[in-house]
Amino acid sequence: MEKYETHKHDIIVIGAGGAGLRAAIDASARGASVGLVCKSLLGKAHTVMAEGGVAAALANVDTGDGWKTHFHDTMHGGKLLNNWRMAQIHAQEAPERVEELEHWGALFDRTKEGKINQRAFGGHTWKRLAHIGDRTGLEMIRTLQDRGIHSGMDVYMECTITHLLKDGERISGAFGYWRESGRFVLFQAKAIILATGGIGKSYKVTSNSWEYTGDGHTLAYDAGADLIDMEFVQFHPTGMVWPPSVKGILVTEAVRGEGGILTNREGKRFMEKYDPERMELSTRDIVARSIYTEVLEGRGSPHGGAFLDISHRGGDYVKKKLPSMYHQFKEFAEIDITKEPMEVFPTTHYVMGGVRVDAETTVSTVPGLFAAGEVAGGMHGANRLGGNSLSDLLVFGRRAGQGATEYANKINDNSLSIDDAEIEKAVKEMLEPYENPHGENPYTIHQALQEAMGEYVGVFRTHEKISEGIEELEILKERAVTLKIEGSRMFNPGWHLCKDLKSMLIVSEAIARCALQREESRGAHSRVDFPGYDDEKWGKVNSVISKDNGNMKISTSPLPQMPEELKSIVDGGYK
Amino acid sequence: MSVARMRVYRGDSEGGREMEYEVPLEEGMVVLDALHFIQANYDGDLAVRWNCKAAKCGSCSAEVNGMPSLTCKIRLDTLPLHQPITVYPIKTFPIIKDLVTDVSWNYEVRKKIQPFTPAPDTDWTMYQEDVERSQEFRKCIECFLCQDVCHILRNHDKKNEFFGPRMMIKMAEFEMHPLDTADRKEQLRGEAGLGYCNITKCCTEVCPEGIHITDNAIIPLKERVVDTYFDPLSWIFSKFKKN
Ligand SMILES: Cc1cc2nc3c(=O)[nH]c(=O)nc-3n(C[C@H](O)[C@H](O)[C@H](O)COP(=O)(O)OP(=O)(O)OC[C@H]3O[C@@H](n4cnc5c(N)ncnc54)[C@H](O)[C@@H]3O)c2cc1C
Ligand code: SF4
Ligand code: SF4
Ligand code: FES
Repeated sequence: MEKYETHKHDIIVIGAGGAGLRAAIDASARGASVGLVCKSLLGKAHTVMAEGGVAAALANVDTGDGWKTHFHDTMHGGKLLNNWRMAQIHAQEAPERVEELEHWGALFDRTKEGKINQRAFGGHTWKRLAHIGDRTGLEMIRTLQDRGIHSGMDVYMECTITHLLKDGERISGAFGYWRESGRFVLFQAKAIILATGGIGKSYKVTSNSWEYTGDGHTLAYDAGADLIDMEFVQFHPTGMVWPPSVKGILVTEAVRGEGGILTNREGKRFMEKYDPERMELSTRDIVARSIYTEVLEGRGSPHGGAFLDISHRGGDYVKKKLPSMYHQFKEFAEIDITKEPMEVFPTTHYVMGGVRVDAETTVSTVPGLFAAGEVAGGMHGANRLGGNSLSDLLVFGRRAGQGATEYANKINDNSLSIDDAEIEKAVKEMLEPYENPHGENPYTIHQALQEAMGEYVGVFRTHEKISEGIEELEILKERAVTLKIEGSRMFNPGWHLCKDLKSMLIVSEAIARCALQREESRGAHSRVDFPGYDDEKWGKVNSVISKDNGNMKISTSPLPQMPEELKSIVDGGYK
Repeated sequence: MSVARMRVYRGDSEGGREMEYEVPLEEGMVVLDALHFIQANYDGDLAVRWNCKAAKCGSCSAEVNGMPSLTCKIRLDTLPLHQPITVYPIKTFPIIKDLVTDVSWNYEVRKKIQPFTPAPDTDWTMYQEDVERSQEFRKCIECFLCQDVCHILRNHDKKNEFFGPRMMIKMAEFEMHPLDTADRKEQLRGEAGLGYCNITKCCTEVCPEGIHITDNAIIPLKERVVDTYFDPLSWIFSKFKKN
């Protein structure tokens, strides 16, 4: 077998977005030796693209806000399927985490009194999103990056992890390759934190980048961890629709937060019909379905979307508060949003489902394996509120750093071993595409997968459609067994895609199977054949995916029970 | 259907050549779309970096028809399509493969810059007008296009002596943070090589974020350093004012 390099750390963090960086900073501060591994260059993770803001009940603008209201909003946004303890911790700790960013150098937009400014967002009772124009994620990742590079961690950029290794039940390492050279690399570690983000690349119309191939979900699944709630994929209501080349690119919810109005081709403000109280600032699941329905029923805009208009706020205001939206439309669509409306349609954006974790420590069901950020499940239930991801990254990133360090401290340095046979298997799997002269083009299969997921497991679902989708996935899985590639192993995107494709197929199957199982409509999961909530049955359980003898097993498990005092907050219509 | 002829540089540190590909045009298509088309239909191993495809992450830098640009931002219909479009890797950094270059130098330099350093007992009240200066520099998406065009790095390869415009605004960002207390003037004058910049403004012209690198960062930094050099009191005073 070819030689590979080996690195040893207490903790390996896979992923350098907000969650991974925050986890690595915390673990380093606690004295752990940390290796931070990421597929792209440092600072390019998805977090950099976040626009609208980070949700925290700082109560700088609306002084009535507090953690209880944030908790209440999050639970209702998630249609009560959230892990209550995660939602509680999140609401309680987010303000401190955001202020900490400021202490590390972040420069949020200010209120007149010189405090961090906050804006309105869908489903949030109060103005709650701390922001920097519409580039909040950039500010956040740069701040964490600046902090991280001076924290003593080792950063392994453009390195993809393909396999997790275990010693018995416990995690003992991670295996992967350098993108640049294609050479293999082994990381020995006592604990691993997954912070790999989401899955959007399984869909054609998406706001997500090439990195979002569900690697972390698949690594966890393969290592024997449970995934929960995979049917809940958030379709963000407002993606660009025209021109085709930018279809799916996000139009931040901040446009609606700043007063943007949605209308159909008849000029009617259709949200009046679907959520007269909250209108455009309803939750994402509802706004997405509303736009979809308008288009389906023939009232769409010329390119099959809805109109979103912010021009009434005036040119200066729009350019100041939404500068990147202004440029995005000007340059890509030749539309001046200070004068004309945008056209928008739902785009695959975020996955609520993910690795099942313990709320306090973020440990998964596998000892030594932790998960934080988008890859973790539970926090957002059936639908995530805007701004609640960035805060999630900070709160649970930090907790993952702590949880993993405390776990690693208890493990004797030499008690873990790496199984050479596992590595050999991993290498063989990775090199297979070089041995299939007659295999299929991975790009072709990827396109087919994206079409299938949009078609069969999209915004509106039925038993029939999803079943067809699962059959289609079986065929694609079969086709993906023999993939063919050209070129050397040096920076070869075709070769990289071969493994990514396998992850996408696993995640897609998990989504489809959970979607088929849940016979109700809740949050982002809309079953046309089961249009209402079924609180008695499905409102009481999470869907669970696990690996059983090499096969995907689907089941349910009861929701964790909320204590009475929290129940009263949730029920109380809390303000 | 009309097509674009893309001439893409393919090679590695050992050498390479232009390859020509025909790509069908679609409305609104950008150069990065054409590169993706090539990957999916002709050469799956074409090495390209990208992430956001929305001019927000700074991954996809290349030289298109000789112009350093974000390939996800350049629409094909803004280019002369009667002739082939050339796409080359950015020249200032060593090539790894095709359009991917080794930009690790930037990360090494970045680490040498003293980070934001607030006073221990800071009151975090800051007003919008005080943060705006630094906010402009914090828009940087690290595409390194300014580093690519700066003649001190590009033509004179003074990477050992000059940190480059990207790092100048990074230093300016900390220096002009209303609550920072560190003093970077020694570093600016010394290893950062601020004196090398002769204000040609090529960096500013190419910045996709429209950051006024020279006018708002480099020139004020030069003034500060000069002021201190001749009049140490004024530097102390300016620091004092900042706090
Ligand atoms: C356009 C857009 C706008 C958004 N706006 C907002 C907003 O305003 N507010 C909000 O709260 N949320 C927003 N979100 C959602 C939010 O940005 C993401 O959910 C969040 O950034 C995810 O962070 P993360 O740390 O979990 O993962 P990411 O930031 O995506 O980082 C994932 C990391 O994992 C690495 N990785 C993945 N797989 C591997 C592997 N196999 N090996 C090694 N490394 C790997 C990647 O390289 C990357 O470094 C937005 C999302 C998008 C797409
Ligand atoms: S202005 Fe200075 S930093 Fe910018 S390109 Fe010219 S010499 Fe380089
Ligand atoms: S300053 Fe502008 S050109 Fe330079 S790296 Fe930043 S965004 Fe790119
Ligand atoms: S891909 Fe992000 S800037 Fe071009």
